[in-house]
Amino acid sequence: MLLVPCPWCGPRDEVEFSYGGQAGIAYPADSDALDDTAWADYLFMRDNPKGPFAERWNHLYGCRRWFDVVRDTATNQIMEP
Amino acid sequence: MRRLPAGGRVDRGVPLRFTFAGRDYQGLEGDTLASALLGNGLGGTFRSPVLRRPRGVMTAGPEEPCAFVEVSAPRFDLIAPATMVPLVDGLAAAPVAGVGRLPGPGVDAPPSEHRYAHVETLVVGGGVAGLRAALQAAGRGDRVMLVDERSWLGGMARSFETIDGLPAWAWVDSTAAKLRGAPDVTLLTDATALGVYDAGSVVVHERSRPVERLWHVRARRVVLATGAHERPIAFAGNDRPGVLLSSAILTHLDRFAVLPGERAVVFTTNDAGYLAARALREAGAGVVAIVDVRPQAEARESALADGFVVMAGAVVAATEGTGYVTAAIVTGAGWERTRLEADLVAVSGGWNPVTQLHRAIGGGLRYATERSCFVPDGGPEWLSVVGAAAGEVPATEPCWYVPAEDLSEHFVDLQRDQTVADVAAALGTGLRSVEHVKRLTYIGTAVDQGRASGALAAEVVNQLLGAGPGAQGPTNTRPPWSPVAYHVLAGPFRGALFDPVRRTPIHAAHVERGAIFEDVGQWLRPWYFPRDGESMEEAVLRECAAVRTGVGMIDASTLGKIEVVGADAPVFLDRMYANAMSRLEVGRIRYGLMLGVDGMVFDDGVAMRLAADRYVVTTTTGGAARVLARFEEWLQTEWPDLRVHCTSVTEQWAAIAVAGPSAREVLRAAGTDVDVSAAAFPFMTWRDGEVAGVPARLARVSFSGELAFEVHIAGWHGRHVWEALLEAGQPFGITPYGTGTMDVLRAEKGFIIVGQDTDGTVTPEDLGMSWAVNLRKGDFVGRRSLRRADLVRPDRRHLVGLLPVDRAALLQEGAQLVDAENARAAPPVPMLGHVTSSYRSAALGGTFALALLERGRERVGSVVYARTGGTGAEAIAATVTAPVLYDPEGARRDG
Repeated sequence: MLLVPCPWCGPRDEVEFSYGGQAGIAYPADSDALDDTAWADYLFMRDNPKGPFAERWNHLYGCRRWFDVVRDTATNQIMEP
Repeated sequence: MRRLPAGGRVDRGVPLRFTFAGRDYQGLEGDTLASALLGNGLGGTFRSPVLRRPRGVMTAGPEEPCAFVEVSAPRFDLIAPATMVPLVDGLAAAPVAGVGRLPGPGVDAPPSEHRYAHVETLVVGGGVAGLRAALQAAGRGDRVMLVDERSWLGGMARSFETIDGLPAWAWVDSTAAKLRGAPDVTLLTDATALGVYDAGSVVVHERSRPVERLWHVRARRVVLATGAHERPIAFAGNDRPGVLLSSAILTHLDRFAVLPGERAVVFTTNDAGYLAARALREAGAGVVAIVDVRPQAEARESALADGFVVMAGAVVAATEGTGYVTAAIVTGAGWERTRLEADLVAVSGGWNPVTQLHRAIGGGLRYATERSCFVPDGGPEWLSVVGAAAGEVPATEPCWYVPAEDLSEHFVDLQRDQTVADVAAALGTGLRSVEHVKRLTYIGTAVDQGRASGALAAEVVNQLLGAGPGAQGPTNTRPPWSPVAYHVLAGPFRGALFDPVRRTPIHAAHVERGAIFEDVGQWLRPWYFPRDGESMEEAVLRECAAVRTGVGMIDASTLGKIEVVGADAPVFLDRMYANAMSRLEVGRIRYGLMLGVDGMVFDDGVAMRLAADRYVVTTTTGGAARVLARFEEWLQTEWPDLRVHCTSVTEQWAAIAVAGPSAREVLRAAGTDVDVSAAAFPFMTWRDGEVAGVPARLARVSFSGELAFEVHIAGWHGRHVWEALLEAGQPFGITPYGTGTMDVLRAEKGFIIVGQDTDGTVTPEDLGMSWAVNLRKGDFVGRRSLRRADLVRPDRRHLVGLLPVDRAALLQEGAQLVDAENARAAPPVPMLGHVTSSYRSAALGGTFALALLERGRERVGSVVYARTGGTGAEAIAATVTAPVLYDPEGARRDG
């Protein structure tokens, strides 16, 4: 079980969290300006690296805050924050 | 095979009675079941699972491949190695040939509990290396936990003559005493680390009595001191009772003072065999010969000097005996084929460091040539491996199997009855990978996951393929390290504690009224209220008729309720819902659809505007947590600039819907200061006031199409108001109804239930609900997706109503819809959609259904067929209609 570092509550067991996928995918400022391909890219396409990966977590069964961490997907080691 | 008169670490003053296969025996305090069996001359009373060959106790630990028992008292265990069952008074066990049996019905799983521990250092294994590591950690002030799967500490201490100047066991005792006296040190025996997981999380199964425990340990550092298991050698008849690993002989002599045989042949690849030979002689047994595969060995000289017969450069090629071993056949360069009479063959094929836990958390393996074994390599930085587990094992001459023409009695996996011949056959099919051989032969898949056989099987493959030792390593193993019963994993979380049950504040009233309940998420909701032995169908038809012709009431407290407060609440709700909530006037209510970013319907509910900066929105019963989480996600991650706070108030409010033409009269009779007339209190508005003497919020919303008021009161007034409304409604025949009736009433009106009539692939347009989508108000979640090519396909499935041609035929929810020519055809046939909701209706005079149907709105008036049985079964014909089947003009909502 991962030990997830909540910036508000400290390190807690993974079961207190929900996973939010890749971090840094901003909602497009003007979604109407995107064609179907660009919109689908925002909607569906995510990176799947072996190695460091910036991802979102939500301390759902705790403070309910969202935050980002960098996790090595090969070792499960959380490197940041 | 006998108990020695002196020695060992058993208590001769405490005899323990036990039964084995129905007969009574005696053992001693400190015994395992295996040592007690050996002490009673019962070392060879087992059978192999497939070939039914006689088998005996072969080891003294968790790697035991033969001596499996079912324990029936004091606590049931369907299969356990006898070497790991501590003897207790009254123990009852019987041999099991490799495959356990579940207890019959009526046998309750024993209680078990979960515990949690946080330590700086967790040590797995309480042998010499583990005790040292624990002592060191305690010395620097760590909180320490040390777990060992056996009943005692010290492991293979006997393989050390002295430790820190003390005799081995004296060192173990004094170290254990130091640890027990240290603050923040927990020593657990009979406690197996089942698995080591990320970031120092370790699950430990403690076979404590009377209640077993599952420990969830989080450790900053994990030290694996799991030792090494001695490896068998494959030769003809290496499975015969009386063939024991040399370490097993040492342990049985040393701890339990049982002598497994009187005339021993020792077969070894390393110095461990000499240790066993000396121990056997000390205990009074005869050592016929030490057969050492090494032509040269230092140990040989001193053994010869002490009068042992050493046959160097030789092997045990076979054993003889019907049942128990009676002789060993020795061959070798420079040795005649020699038959040695013996009742005990002590084998040491070398040592396998126990690396399974290390490997499962990402550690690697490296072949150590001199020691002929794989040792741990790498792994996470918080994990360290010490002692024999780290590869501190004797130098060993490689010897995996003894070549012979017939390899069909050279056993590799004794639990699967698989031999070198079987491995050769697997390779003969063209397999080359150990992992493939495992899957063909099942080697390594029995109870022990290949503890005794894994490394041997890999090296047999290497040898048969002509590859060098270590070319391929043992197959991967996964947690749990030892089998664990589900009831231990479940702990207390079973039965009533399996999942929380949520009850409304009015629940007790429903129970008293004889309601039958339905699970809706974690909520218990009244399903229907049967009268005088009514069936569900009869009760629902009666309840429906009451709402349509008189008045009914339902406990709606489970509706999710979220208060959305703040200056930017209107902007926020405009972005979260498909329609415009900012334009909603204070005092009014609007139905809203919430979409996923992908444009699919995610949830629905109503929003009441309480003030310019305050709304309360309702969600589906099952969707409350999901919706709140989604609000938070968008607020926090996309729009942190919005001044909005969201708070769940689901449990603060009880809600009762009073529905039916007489609803107004019922509210008046119950006493309210709110003017409930149609003119003063229009549809889709709310009013604050009093009902039955307590503060209430009344909302004119309707999920049935009838005149209806939702009465929201503080949770603690719920029961009072329910009873007051019920009493006030008596003159009007008020009828409490449940979710069964609610479902029919809403479906008659074509009102969807998100998650039943939708499944995450359904758009507002599919539902014919584009009226709830406002594309002009600005961007909202899901808006851009609504014009994706796939979402505007003309052949999408639409929500429609279905009226079975046979007005008594009930369609099955989930049934696939096909056209006439495929009504009976063998599948595959093109499927046009499926039934999402299906009921009998009093108001419609028969059955009806809602369905998602390809180009459904174009098919209104045509007939489709609902397939339920298999090929050739009668499909049910149904006419396609608009989804609103009752009161389509909405004439009834004002009463």
